[in-house]
Amino acid sequence: MISLATVAAMAVVVIPTLAAGLGMLPGLRLRTRGARAVAVAGAVMTTVAAVAVFVTAGNLAQETTLLLAPFGDIDITTGVLVDGLTGLIVLVVAVVASCVQLYSVGYLQKDPRYPTYAAQVSLFTAAMMLVVVSGDLLALVVGWEVMGLCSYLLIGHYRDLPEAPGAAVKAFLVTRVGDIGFLLGVLLLGGAVGSFRITDVLSAAGSIDPMTLTVATLLLLLGIVGKSAQFPLHTWLPDAMAGPTPISALIHAATMVAAGVFVVMRLYPVFLAAPTTVIVLAISASITMLLGGLCALAQDDIKRVLAWSTISQLGYMTGALAAGGYTQGGFHLVSHAAFKALLFLAAGVVLQHVGTALMSELGGLCRAMPVTFVVTLLGLLALVGVLPLSGGFSKDAALESAWAAVRGESSVLSASPLATILLICMLGTVLVTAAYATRLLLRTFFGEPVPGGLDENRQRAGDPGPAMRWPLLVLAVPTVALGAGIGWLPDYLGTPLAAGASAALGPGPLPGRLTPQPTESLIAAALIVLGAGATYLVWRAAPTRGPVRILRRSAVALRRGLYLDEVQHAFVVRPYRRLATTLSTVDEVGVDGLVDGAAEATSNLSRGLSRAHPRLPNLAVTGLIVSTTVLVTILVVLS
Amino acid sequence: MTLLVLALPLVGSIVLALWPRNPDLSPRIFGTAIAAATLVAALFLLPGLRTDDTGEAPGAALNPRHEVDLPWLEVIDVRLHLGVDGISVPLILLTALLTLLGMVHNWVERPDRPALFCAMVLLLEVGALGTFMALDLVVFFAAFEVVLIPMYFLIARWGGPGGAAAALKFAVYTLTGSAALLIGLVFIYASTGTFDLVELSERGGGGISTAVQLAAFGALFVGFAVKSPLWPLHTWLPPAHTEAPTVGSVLLAGVQLKMGTYGLVRIGLPVLPEGARALAPLLAVLAVTGIVVAALACYTQNDLKRLIAYSSVGHMGFVLLGISTLTAVGINAALLANVAHGLITGLLFFLVGAVKSRFHTGQLDELGSGLWTRLPRLGFALVFACVASLGLPGLAGFWGEAMAVYASLHPAAGLSRPLYAVLAVVAAVGAAMTAVYFLRLLRRLVVGPVTVTTAPAQHHKVRAVDLWAIERVVYIPLLLLTLALGLYPALALGLTEGPVAALVQAVAIG
Repeated sequence: MISLATVAAMAVVVIPTLAAGLGMLPGLRLRTRGARAVAVAGAVMTTVAAVAVFVTAGNLAQETTLLLAPFGDIDITTGVLVDGLTGLIVLVVAVVASCVQLYSVGYLQKDPRYPTYAAQVSLFTAAMMLVVVSGDLLALVVGWEVMGLCSYLLIGHYRDLPEAPGAAVKAFLVTRVGDIGFLLGVLLLGGAVGSFRITDVLSAAGSIDPMTLTVATLLLLLGIVGKSAQFPLHTWLPDAMAGPTPISALIHAATMVAAGVFVVMRLYPVFLAAPTTVIVLAISASITMLLGGLCALAQDDIKRVLAWSTISQLGYMTGALAAGGYTQGGFHLVSHAAFKALLFLAAGVVLQHVGTALMSELGGLCRAMPVTFVVTLLGLLALVGVLPLSGGFSKDAALESAWAAVRGESSVLSASPLATILLICMLGTVLVTAAYATRLLLRTFFGEPVPGGLDENRQRAGDPGPAMRWPLLVLAVPTVALGAGIGWLPDYLGTPLAAGASAALGPGPLPGRLTPQPTESLIAAALIVLGAGATYLVWRAAPTRGPVRILRRSAVALRRGLYLDEVQHAFVVRPYRRLATTLSTVDEVGVDGLVDGAAEATSNLSRGLSRAHPRLPNLAVTGLIVSTTVLVTILVVLS
Repeated sequence: MTLLVLALPLVGSIVLALWPRNPDLSPRIFGTAIAAATLVAALFLLPGLRTDDTGEAPGAALNPRHEVDLPWLEVIDVRLHLGVDGISVPLILLTALLTLLGMVHNWVERPDRPALFCAMVLLLEVGALGTFMALDLVVFFAAFEVVLIPMYFLIARWGGPGGAAAALKFAVYTLTGSAALLIGLVFIYASTGTFDLVELSERGGGGISTAVQLAAFGALFVGFAVKSPLWPLHTWLPPAHTEAPTVGSVLLAGVQLKMGTYGLVRIGLPVLPEGARALAPLLAVLAVTGIVVAALACYTQNDLKRLIAYSSVGHMGFVLLGISTLTAVGINAALLANVAHGLITGLLFFLVGAVKSRFHTGQLDELGSGLWTRLPRLGFALVFACVASLGLPGLAGFWGEAMAVYASLHPAAGLSRPLYAVLAVVAAVGAAMTAVYFLRLLRRLVVGPVTVTTAPAQHHKVRAVDLWAIERVVYIPLLLLTLALGLYPALALGLTEGPVAALVQAVAIG
């Protein structure tokens, strides 16, 4: 019996796939208007199906399995796995994707390549949905990689932008490095369990040999770190901003980069059973959140500020998960998706209407673009974590999981020094986030416009038309009001799917408590006031020069992402090129040279022989030699 | 039906060879018709393949269907013994399909002496089909060798300026490999007194001493390694591909390379299991070396066809790695990867040929970038093929290669687990390196600002057409099959699974 939830879960994958297929079919050349209709209708229908999944998912898991590939000893199946986590993320993806499709109608109004673009966005949506609803790890890998492909194609959308192709390739390759690990991890895990079905893997999590489990989860983590732009594989995300802004909102802020966090949640019992992996996750998260926040502080381009902010916030989520905060991490994922998508779409309005997103050329836009200003303000308040906005609740919840780990209430990282370090990093991130958000707001919307250049732009500055305005307003609703969900969310998300595993694991993770605790919230609030206030004071002293000037030389290092790109170039890219050149020379000249040498020696020999004998046609000689050899062999063997 | 599948192209080839020398369409129409009839006939091999269809117990190591067993050279006990099973039928269908598409492609490529060209292509098909159907070692060897002749002429006569040299290298290299193969087959006969594959598979190495197994497998190993090709015996491949005409390249990659790996699975493993177990680690190490070296070599290539040729070495490395694990998963993965490689690389060679014919050069630095903008459909097809070839999950190339890595993580009992684990990791890294060079290719040629118009096409005053209707007819089946096999690999695995299980069981017991 196939349930409604299963049908709806299949629909959220199939509908956008069809929309993408319609848009991409080479024979069917959709014109812009048709492409718009297909894209938006597809997104809306996906959202309807997603609502159905969300409503019916409840707190139960179900799986329908079809045999996809019988490999003999192990089968690859495909099926859907619907639980609270699926229901929640499916809805988030559908809502953001619909907003982005609608927004893109306005944003890419004059783009001749809009039909291709819209189809790729639909394909991306399908792939992300596949990751979320898949009941089989290898089918999940399919969605995982197709998302990467769409990301690659969409970053490279502007073909005349000189940095776009390089950024696209970088995004694909850096995540691909992580995906080596992801695939190996999946294969190891599947081999150890004897099945790739997620329910099988979860229920066997406690009984897998610990060494295998640790290696497999560490390998998985590599892929997660790549996809979710965590240190040290985060370098591709800031460059990915070369893509159209709606793409940055959908793929590089709200959904794809959150897929890594999603996989940690999906396989949470497996990760918890491997303490080493949790420690590595916590370390990576701690570095990532602070690094991202600090680098965001020094960027000039609004989109790059938001990109580094995304890196930082994703670190926040993985940090919460490492501390045992399953519900807390998931809650922050959802609220971040809403407010970060909102912020990116608002930044797109600025970029399109003013012609630049460089804050050094902006200023004083709050009068000219009131709607954009208000939604940006709401988004930034949520990002900073001001109660009662969504981000305020989710940030406090994430912090609370670290506090709980420090107090020893959680089963993970319990009262270890690492828990303290994680907590300090989280608090530091709150401070830095307040600072860069304040800077972004002040430099873009307040102060005087920079003299020269902008006057002309300001004439065009204004709020966007309906196609771009409505998505902003829609996304502003969850940005503001998601905090209302703290009551039912823990129940809805439930405990990670782990009927069999939890027994083997001992005490479960942190209880899903999302209510802000007074003391902890006050400390966070004080840090916010400190960060925002200090930034404001420094800014007011010289508005046109920007507040990062007090960081002096280190601002340059931060703007360049602490030169990690250069490190990567010097230690990976250049050696690879050198290796490729050397080895292919060895192969083409060396190995082939041996063959040619042997051939030459042979022909020299035969030339010598033919000089000694009457001339015979070449072919005859070869035939003679071969047949003699064969005959002699036969005789030797038979005797 | 088996005989018909073989006889159709053979008769067609003979008729075309005798065709009066005229340049009109008739030989091409006839050739295409024969190739299409062969494909249809080959499709009739499908029913009754699965063991559960007949209700028979899958006990035997080799359980052929549609058998033909006629006396031939009775003096040395050689019979015309043919038959098919789930391992061979996917390759037979692939061969028939690619031959048909090659025939159709002649309408665009327009070789001179079309009758002779078509005759060669059909003769090639006869050899390949014979190899995949043979159940007698001598028949197998004969068919294996038949392929050499038409391929030599295709490269030498219809190839590029360096065709003669490349064809000679190809011929001498493969002949040397064949000599080794023949020695191996003779070893087998000497110990068992039979050339019959069904009987030999049933014995599972029984009656062949360990030393002879080792020697015989070693000889087969060399023969099949040259054909596959296995690093470092691959150096004939890049020049052959570079110089071959488009159809020649497609058939070389899509059909001929499969014969070596097929031989290993069909003869090497079941007939000489002890030899296979002893030499499997060597095979695995060389295969993985090939994956890495090929990926690095591809990164530096400037010639499109040479690049795709090198990529074949890498892909076949995954196939050979799968076989070397001696597990059901590995062999299934290898057979799937074989078919996938045939489809995808076949498509790539068609597309690269299309690029070359439009711009009169295959050198990346002369071609320029922005092909996708300039010729959107050709660009789309190229992106699709490259993405499929770099192993994007959801397309045909992924499953076989991923599961070959899986098999390497879980090799057969008796093989060194640590060694295979290291190889699995290196192979997985190699898969990522495949992405590196394909993205480089796309970046240099397909995406980016349009500079491809300044390529020599302008000097030749050729209007670069996006895609001719014929080209679409050729590409679309390959595109669709790549997608279908990627979304539902059970299409091929459903056929191979049964016979592979029987084979692996036999190898394990023997």
